[in-house]
Order: sequence, then structure tokens, then C-alpha cells
Amino acid sequence: MNSKYNISSYIHIKNNQVSLNGSVIFIEEHSIFTNFIKAAYKAQNTKYPKFFKMDNLSKLAFLAADILLKKQNLNVENNNNIALVFSNKASSLDTDISHQKAIQHKDNYFPSPAVFVYTLPNICLGEISIKYKLYTENSFFIFEHFNAEHLIANSNSLLDTNKAESVLCGWVELEGENYEAFLYLVSKEGTLEHNKQNIITLYNT
Amino acid sequence: MNRTYLSYNNIISSLGFDSKTVVENVHNEVSGLKLIENSQALPEPFYSALIDSKKLNEAFKKLQPKEDYTRLEKMMITSLNEVVKTSNIEINDRVGLIISTTKGNIDALDDNNPFPKERAYLSELGNNIKEFFGFKNEAIIVSNACVSGILSVAIAKRYIQQNMYDHVFIVSGDVVTEFILSGFNSFQALSNEPCKPYDKNRSGINIGEVAASVLVTNSSNLSKEAVEILGESSCNDANHISGPSRTGEGLYKSMIAALTQANMTARDIDYISAHGTATMFNDEMEAIAINRLELQDVPLNSLKGYFGHTLGASGLLETIVGMHSLNNNTLYASKGFKKLGVSKPINVIKKTTSKELNTFLKTASGFGGCNTAIIFKKSNQTKNHV
Repeated sequence: MNSKYNISSYIHIKNNQVSLNGSVIFIEEHSIFTNFIKAAYKAQNTKYPKFFKMDNLSKLAFLAADILLKKQNLNVENNNNIALVFSNKASSLDTDISHQKAIQHKDNYFPSPAVFVYTLPNICLGEISIKYKLYTENSFFIFEHFNAEHLIANSNSLLDTNKAESVLCGWVELEGENYEAFLYLVSKEGTLEHNKQNIITLYNT
Repeated sequence: MNRTYLSYNNIISSLGFDSKTVVENVHNEVSGLKLIENSQALPEPFYSALIDSKKLNEAFKKLQPKEDYTRLEKMMITSLNEVVKTSNIEINDRVGLIISTTKGNIDALDDNNPFPKERAYLSELGNNIKEFFGFKNEAIIVSNACVSGILSVAIAKRYIQQNMYDHVFIVSGDVVTEFILSGFNSFQALSNEPCKPYDKNRSGINIGEVAASVLVTNSSNLSKEAVEILGESSCNDANHISGPSRTGEGLYKSMIAALTQANMTARDIDYISAHGTATMFNDEMEAIAINRLELQDVPLNSLKGYFGHTLGASGLLETIVGMHSLNNNTLYASKGFKKLGVSKPINVIKKTTSKELNTFLKTASGFGGCNTAIIFKKSNQTKNHV
């Protein structure tokens, strides 16, 4: 069955590299995640101080989305109807563990709202929505592995029902030093057909 | 396009272990909220609506489990079992499973919890539920803050309309944990009395726990309180990650999109099952969004005064009560409300009253700026129109 939609661009952030549409645009070897993501952010020259308040999952998801969306030359005042459909395995576990540490011992008890708010995986969708003024459909799913089939069903539904003009879709996983972001933009634009095989091929690139 | 319905349902809660009993308690304005003194969970006493552990263990044991399950898994399995059983649907590859939760088995991270920390992975929770019932498809876990429960309904409909499934079982649940209580307490959002949504003297939220389940289906073999999903939408505020938009932008846009998809206007809505957490900002934001759409005269309630805020389950719990509200042609009192305490007029239901009802709008909002709105219509009325 031919899809009505195409993938117009995609991004990977993994293994100390950022690559956009298959070309490496940033590399920082031998670096822990916090240093790597900060360096990648700086290399983009995005002036957005809120970035530094984000937890690691949001930093990863935000930067991936920001690099990809920046290339779309959007006018943010234009009510761009880009839906967000994100997924991962570890949810917000990385920050959940920080909050748990803050409450584990009653003699060293320091829960903080700035940490607690990030104990939800969909907060990164909020961060991206704020930056790009996306008053749009957004949903966060948890799967054991990257699951192209479910991402397709959800993006097609949003596009078929005209709830969105395009969907920024993918996988943003972060747990300690294990991290991986893979996002792609689905719409009527572009030439690469939006189907399971193509998504899996891009994911494994 | 196929019609999609919400049909067989169950609620496991402080107010009973089946929807009918729970709704009867709501009808009689019985609240599950009690003062809890548990310094392990929170240094100071707090109000919460908790599921009786003894009763839960007894109900769960009847299902003859062969392994150890967490408290949340017991709640979810006991609830979903009732829906799987009564709906009598064969579990094959055309049947989907959605689990909605904000924090799942987050208590497994606690050093004092007997379960391994890996149990906190939501995919483990999904697998445990899937395996118990022998679902053929991987569990789809929706974790989108406090709209998770209602967003799951919209997503189930999307899967059915994409012709991936004919039936989707949804089970929603979250448990009251030290993790959650300490977090909301750090926001100074917890009330030290039973919550009072939309009231002048409202003082914050109570956290509660439930598991709720429903069958979403394209079949016309329905339960008597079944409703059809007419329109749904879930829009972001694009404003703040931990506070609602002052203009209610995302909620307003969600409600408009749901009305548009349902091909309805504000006048066609008979009842609003709102979010009403009883925080200053949330309730005010809802009143603004509701007025922007001229829905201010439609009778509205928040059910948080009965169950507390049950997080990822609240949207589904409140939808199920809404289904029964339509079927019973009864508007249930918004418990805890006396005098309007928001800047725009809204029609909060003060007293449980009988009224012919055909449609309702369910809304929810949550951290991350998320909002969801869904419009439902009595299914027996739908049939008359065909």
C-alpha cells in the first residue's frame, strides 16, 4: 500500500554524534552526556537559556527537535501545525532516580519542584512546544523497543483527520550514559515514502 | 468512517470495586477522601482516597495469580479482568491493549520496596498485564502526565479508525506513593483538607488512587451505558511546563477541535466533566477556557472531591462516571464546592439532580502544558438517529 505521506527530514543524536539527514554535523568524542549535549547545543548557536534548566531527557529531545525544525525555516508566529509523537523505553527514569535520591533518607530529605516536574516523559514535548509555539497535538508513548508500526499509526491518524499538517515523530531515550534520539518529520512534502521499512532503515542508519 | 464506542467498564477505588457501586456512592455524595497519617509517605498528615489493601488482595487472589504482582498491577489486573470477562471478546491480533499511567511502579525505586528496581520500567508493567491476559499485541503505554487516562481514549479511537484494531482495552492506574506526595508537596500544591474544586476557599489538591478500565470498540454489541466518541483533541499550551496557560490556550484549542470533529456547537453539550484539581491556577484557567467557548452555562463538575486527583487514571475514571451519568440521566454534585472562586462564571453542579442527558464533554490538563478534550454521546441515542 502506498502511503500518502513522506519523510522530509530526520535527525540522529547518538554515540557522541549529531547527524542530520544522514550527514554528521557535530562530533565530540570521549565526552560524558552532559558535556556532549552542552557542546552540541553551543555549536548550534541557539540562544535559549531555558536549555540549561532542562533535565537530560529534555535536553536531548529539545536539541534534536530544534536542529531539525530550525532547518524548516518556520515563522514561529505562524501557528505551525506540527504535532509531536514521541516514544522511548525508560520514560523519565533518569530524573525519577534523582527525585528518589532526594527523598530516600529522611535525614537528608530535599525534594525539589525543579527536579520533580521532569519526572514525566512528556515534559520534553512541552519544552519543544514552548520554543516553537506549537499549540498542537502531542503524545508520549512507552515501548520496549523502537516501534515504527505504532508511530506510523499515530502519525497517519493525525494527518488523515487534519489534526496536523506534519508530525515530528520518533524515539528519545536517555538513561545515564545511554542515550539515543531519532526524530523524523512526516508530511505531504518530501520524497521518501512514510512506511515501516523506510522508517526502520533510517532508524538503523 | 467506523463509529467508535466506549462500552464495558470497571473502576477499582476507595468507593468500590465496580462502576455501579462507585457511581452509587458518588450519587449519595460519599467521598473516599480521608485524613491519612503515614510519616513514611509524608511527614505531615494528608488527605487521600486509598484502595483498601485487604480487599484488593482478596479480589486479586480470586484470579489465581501464579507470580508476585505489585500493588498497581493487582489493581490494574483486577479492574481489567472485569472488563475482559464481561465484554466476552476473544483476545486475538485485532485486539489492542493500552495502559495509561504517569508513574507506574515507581515505588520499586524505593530501597525498602521488595520488588527489583527494574520493575519501575513501564514496559515491564505493560508486559506483566499483557501476559496475564494473553494479549497478542504489545501493550501501548501512554504516559502523558495527567491527561494520560483521557488521551488513551482518543488514541484507542485512532487505532480503530486506522483499522489496526477492532477493539482496544484500556487500563489506567496510578498509586499513591511517597514519590508523588513528596513531589506535589515540594510544589506546595497539596491541600491539608478535602479538596474544593472551583470553590472560593480552595486550597490545593489531594492525591488519590484508582484503576479504571474500559473497552473501546467498533462493535455494536455494547453495554447499556456505552457512549460513542464524537470528537477528540489534545493540544499543548506552549506556555509553561509546570503551570497552566493564563488564557487556557491549549484547553480552548482542544475543545474547539473536538467540537469541530464532532460537528457540534457549544449548545449541543449537556454536561462537562472537567478537570478541577482545586489548585488556584488550574481551576482559574479552566473557567477562562470554558468562557472563551461560551460553555459557561453548561452544568459542570469535578470528581476530585470524591477520589482526589488520581493522576494518569483520573481522565478515564471521570469518563466512566460520565458514561453512567448519561445513562442514569443524573448530574452529580461537584463535591467540596460551595461558592464560586474563579474570575469567570461557570455552572458548577451544587446538588445531584435528575436531568435528561445525551452528550458530555470530558476535559483534562497536565504538566508539560498538555490538555485533552473528548465529546461523547449516548449510544442508544445514536442508534435512534441511524
